[in-house]
Amino acid sequence: MTALAEKTDPTEAMITAHSVTFSGWSKSAREDALMRLRKMGLPDRRDEYWKYTRPDSLTQATAPTAAIFQNDEPPLFGEMDRLKIVFVDGVFDAAASDDLALEGITIERLATAQSDLHWARDVYGVLESHGQSPVARPLAALNTALATDGVLIHVSRTPSKPINLIYTHNSDTSDAILHHCIKLDPGTEVTLLENGPAAARFNKVIEVEVGNTASFNHIRAQGRDHERRAATHIFGRLGTESEFKSFTLTVNGVMTRNEVVLELTGDDAKAHVAGACVGDGEFHHDDTVFITHDAVNCESRQVFKKVLRNGAVGVFQGKILVKADAQKTDGYQISQSLLLDEDSQFLAKPELEIYADDVICSHGSTSGAIDEDALFYLRARGISKGDATDLLTLSFLAEAVEEIEAETLKEEILERLTGWLARRRS
Amino acid sequence: MLNIKNLNVKLDDEDKQILKGVDLEIKGGEVHAIMGPNGSGKSTLSYVLSGKDGYEVTEGTATLEGIDLLEMEPEERAAAGLFLAFQYPVEIPGVGNMTFLRTAVNSQLKARGEEEMSAAEFLKVVRAKAKALKIDADMLKRPVNMGFSGGEKKRNEILQMAMLEPKMCILDETDSGLDVDAMKLVAEGVNALRSEGRGFLVITHYQRLLDHIKPDVVHIMADGRIVKSGGPELALEVENNGYADILAEVA
Repeated sequence: MTALAEKTDPTEAMITAHSVTFSGWSKSAREDALMRLRKMGLPDRRDEYWKYTRPDSLTQATAPTAAIFQNDEPPLFGEMDRLKIVFVDGVFDAAASDDLALEGITIERLATAQSDLHWARDVYGVLESHGQSPVARPLAALNTALATDGVLIHVSRTPSKPINLIYTHNSDTSDAILHHCIKLDPGTEVTLLENGPAAARFNKVIEVEVGNTASFNHIRAQGRDHERRAATHIFGRLGTESEFKSFTLTVNGVMTRNEVVLELTGDDAKAHVAGACVGDGEFHHDDTVFITHDAVNCESRQVFKKVLRNGAVGVFQGKILVKADAQKTDGYQISQSLLLDEDSQFLAKPELEIYADDVICSHGSTSGAIDEDALFYLRARGISKGDATDLLTLSFLAEAVEEIEAETLKEEILERLTGWLARRRS
Repeated sequence: MLNIKNLNVKLDDEDKQILKGVDLEIKGGEVHAIMGPNGSGKSTLSYVLSGKDGYEVTEGTATLEGIDLLEMEPEERAAAGLFLAFQYPVEIPGVGNMTFLRTAVNSQLKARGEEEMSAAEFLKVVRAKAKALKIDADMLKRPVNMGFSGGEKKRNEILQMAMLEPKMCILDETDSGLDVDAMKLVAEGVNALRSEGRGFLVITHYQRLLDHIKPDVVHIMADGRIVKSGGPELALEVENNGYADILAEVA
């Protein structure tokens, strides 16, 4: 732990604290990322995209401790037939995981993938590096350089069931860096489920290459641990007529920064990104989304809903960039917060940057309290104030949850949300 | 059943007196109608009875079967048997009509210390009652009042009333925004619920509704008071001559 001696430069302190030995096929991508990281340095509050979120706890060399949450619920997605891949504090748990084999796909671990994975070479650090412009994302470069593990999934045929990455947080000082790459060959479909808090502090990158007419479905729930911190990035590149759908549920967590950086490079592609979060007290949640339209007739949707109380803070920075040749773009963005008291805060920065002339782009952002008329209506039917508030809270979040296409998953998420809201009051 | 004595009400945040001594007694099995010009305080009366925020009772009492209504939370009044059919039913996106109905029914049962209804039992009952009001499965599944026409919203109010089986029903301009057919349907729904143990207070502008829901007593309200009471013929008088004559007569 020489990190302490190098206090003067936080970037070097972080690199030292997480040093890994580079070898094999990912070596050059990691070296390149390290170089880029050193050049840009870790974020600080002077950076435009870190104005609303203090990066300190994500950039200090050692993770702040985070108490472990005693979860007594059955695991999310537990009833589903899925391929389980378990990481405990960022360390792969072979015993708890299924065999990493599923017809139609190959799965390898980043830590043990020795052979020269040609496909992964074209993804690992490539999408991330591409996503560094025009907005720098140093924590993602850090991840590419120093990730200790992750999964590399190549989908050559549509698998029979979803892949479920399960993250468990068992140590109050764990500081995990995981990097996943997924490549969908043309015409394939895959669903990626992620759940759990991963570590006291978690830095995660997913790079997804969605081939022509392929479809990527992503649903994640970031656990219920109150004190954990997370900085996550998803980088996606979408081919012709492909689909990318991602939904994130965040309940609790003292610090979350979720970045999604997508580029629609093939005509007629669709990207839907949605998130629902519920924060109470010490809670800071930041969704930063950047969608670039670089092809004709593509559609993108961003739907983010935040329920905040007792001083919780929500941040939304969403951008749609429509390049000059991306005619017939249909872009939509909505970010809304429900503030349950006057101590809570929602900070939103919606951005549209459009160079094509034949596009439809709309965006909206609102903050509001519980609708008093609706509350009275429910109470006048005999529903207690607490239950009525929960119903209206769910009603508010539903628009984001509705973005989940699979009916069973949608219902499971809504059911969990209902339970959590009720427990919060008891 | 419902007993209102010298009820005086002002707005919370303005010095404006709306009700200026309302006296009203409705017995079980009776249907009373309140008519009156705009701004006379009819809707305020229904809100104050059901417990909406924003009003201050400065004098008087209101009891339901001897229990003080004014001290209770809105949900407690509902559980005690008071029901208000809203003039403008609220749209609630994301909450299924069925979920809402079941939550309401079970909340009241629980508050009264009775056993909650199972999902299967509830479904059976709600389907039968919905059918009578021509409310189809789709309307039950959709979010509360979302995309409902004016008539559908009012029928949905009556369905809630039928499911909750209140002792005292207040209908606040339930006829507003209804065409003749929809009004008949709503009136049939109300009439089906008329019984010895249940009182009704029907607030309306028009005599038309009272052709379908025959009142025992008609009250005329003006400037925060009930200025005249009588039989059904009073409603006809209003219909034919307007309020001016009556108001002049009592002035």
